[in-house]
Amino acid sequence: MRTYLEFEKSIAEIEMKIEELSALVETSEAETMSVELTKLKTKAQKQLEDLYGKLDPWMKTQVARHPERPRYREYVAALVTDYSELAGDRTFAEDPAILGGLGKFLGRPCVVIGHEKGRTTQERLKHNFGMARPEGYRKAIRIMDLADKFGLPVVSLVDTAGAYPGIGAEERGQAEAIARSTERCLTLGVPMVSVIVGEGGSGGAVALASGNTVLMLEHAIYTVITPEGAASILWRDAGRAKEAAIAMKITAQDLLALGVIDGIIEEPMGGAHRAPERAVASVGAAIAAALDALDGKDAQTIRAHRRERFYKIGRIQEAAPKPAAKKR
Amino acid sequence: MNWLSNLARPGMKNAPEDKRETPDNLWIKCPATGELIYRNDLEAAHWVTPAGFHMRIGPEPRFKALFDDQTWTLLPLPSAPVDPLKFKGDKRYVDQLKRDRAKVSRDDCMQAAHGAIGGRGAVILVQDFQFMGGSLGMAAGEAFVAAAQEAVKQNAAFICVTASGGARMQEGMLSLMQMPRTTLAVQELAEAGLPYIVILTDPTTGGVAASYAMLGDVHIAEPGALIGFTGPRVIEQTIRQKLPEGFQRAEFQLDKGMVDMVVDRRLMRDQLAILLDVLMARRARAPAAKPAQSAPAPQVLSAPTRKALAKPRAKAAE
Repeated sequence: MRTYLEFEKSIAEIEMKIEELSALVETSEAETMSVELTKLKTKAQKQLEDLYGKLDPWMKTQVARHPERPRYREYVAALVTDYSELAGDRTFAEDPAILGGLGKFLGRPCVVIGHEKGRTTQERLKHNFGMARPEGYRKAIRIMDLADKFGLPVVSLVDTAGAYPGIGAEERGQAEAIARSTERCLTLGVPMVSVIVGEGGSGGAVALASGNTVLMLEHAIYTVITPEGAASILWRDAGRAKEAAIAMKITAQDLLALGVIDGIIEEPMGGAHRAPERAVASVGAAIAAALDALDGKDAQTIRAHRRERFYKIGRIQEAAPKPAAKKR
Repeated sequence: MNWLSNLARPGMKNAPEDKRETPDNLWIKCPATGELIYRNDLEAAHWVTPAGFHMRIGPEPRFKALFDDQTWTLLPLPSAPVDPLKFKGDKRYVDQLKRDRAKVSRDDCMQAAHGAIGGRGAVILVQDFQFMGGSLGMAAGEAFVAAAQEAVKQNAAFICVTASGGARMQEGMLSLMQMPRTTLAVQELAEAGLPYIVILTDPTTGGVAASYAMLGDVHIAEPGALIGFTGPRVIEQTIRQKLPEGFQRAEFQLDKGMVDMVVDRRLMRDQLAILLDVLMARRARAPAAKPAQSAPAPQVLSAPTRKALAKPRAKAAE
């Protein structure tokens, strides 16, 4: 059974009715029922389109965190062949909040890294809800080292609420690990394409998202701090997360306008979780196209391209950003 | 990037710049011991109390403490877009900016200067916690890039004195993007073979700790400085227990291997001088900096300060 978000209640009701009716239609021959069913289906589709056509940033936050949204493992299963997962930071431990390995991304030899949130309760605990400790970032650095050494492009899939805020993580240098991982992204002499597929939470996301090309899924969010965190710091009230989500400009659409990201990957109607295979395929196609565009460039050019990409963000001579003016 | 969570350090409100506004305030209370200290003595001791408590200081006293002959030239810093998100909150972000700009007579939290340290050319960039908690926004990031590039141009060492709660939420992702942007500037220094030394002061957390503050060739922390990624309040909320005494303080980070040394502010210039002398041995010495903005004659440490210096390093009180 599908998990419905709070704002999807009306759709949930219609779809529940559709299910009931479908069961009846199968057992009876009542033509009126099947007509009714078609009507309902059209209505549901229309509502879904209306709703998803104008999701506010807080709704998008919930979609980005949807429990059925495709995860790292599903992307890899569908897009990467001959995948060999690598483990451990060679210093302290293995951190399954970040996964990575070698394989062929739609046929192209490469390195893949990303956050894994897990799906079942057991998985979520194992992957620590995608919140990495220093070891996760150090493993990512190690895998990026391999990419550089063997001339393999890097694909990163970002989906984390942020780096883990725990005692052990602090003791082992969370800040340093994130800083070094960001630095490693930026020093790579091979192309790196990053996609924010769900939540891009703060420094824990940047550490894996400082690529030549940074893309976002249509309903993904990318934030300096979670909306709840911002609300509790700014207004001492985590309940005002919606306001914070709006004020911080965290949607793919706003961030494209601000020049923070390079492109948006369209999601199936109603969000990636409604048609995961299609969402995964779209992400695959977008990454392949981005890698194609970076093909044949030498290490120096790749690094210069990345430097230029980040330096120009927010520079005053750039055209003034006009984020989502129409939404007001 | 929970920068405000680190604000609540008791007794740290009396930053020197505030005092400068009220010259009649001749006596200042040591936040650690409550002892009253003669203001001139405190200033001469670079705002380190006799008990060894390192008070937070802004760019000017910092330059005084670090440059040879207390002589430096301010570097112009690029301007950055103001309130790029038109941030909506209870307080208008532009009003907060206006208030803090008036307070420090500067556009944002960063100030950079060029001078010499032990005869070696150096650019020092100071982050001022007084300005919106030293938060890293576009102006600060752009200042970091510009100052580092100036160091490359001048063939000078680059020293960054950090003091920040982290990213500036009111600038959203444009703030977070300063992490990779400043990291690129650190790379430019590395490519030029120039030393990049970080002086971590109280507090250095969040996106600042997780970018340029942790990418130095040498990390020097001031005694008692809070240094870490997540602020203590958020960690306590997460794990629902109290953190141990001294957690994330400079001495803790020395123990954990995140900083090379914990150095008393009054000895900082000398420490930098010997480091730069070795790190820049293959380079010719820089000519003495032109005294475009010079401070009064070198000051003599007052007796209590000398006494404090002679004592083994005092631990900052909580």
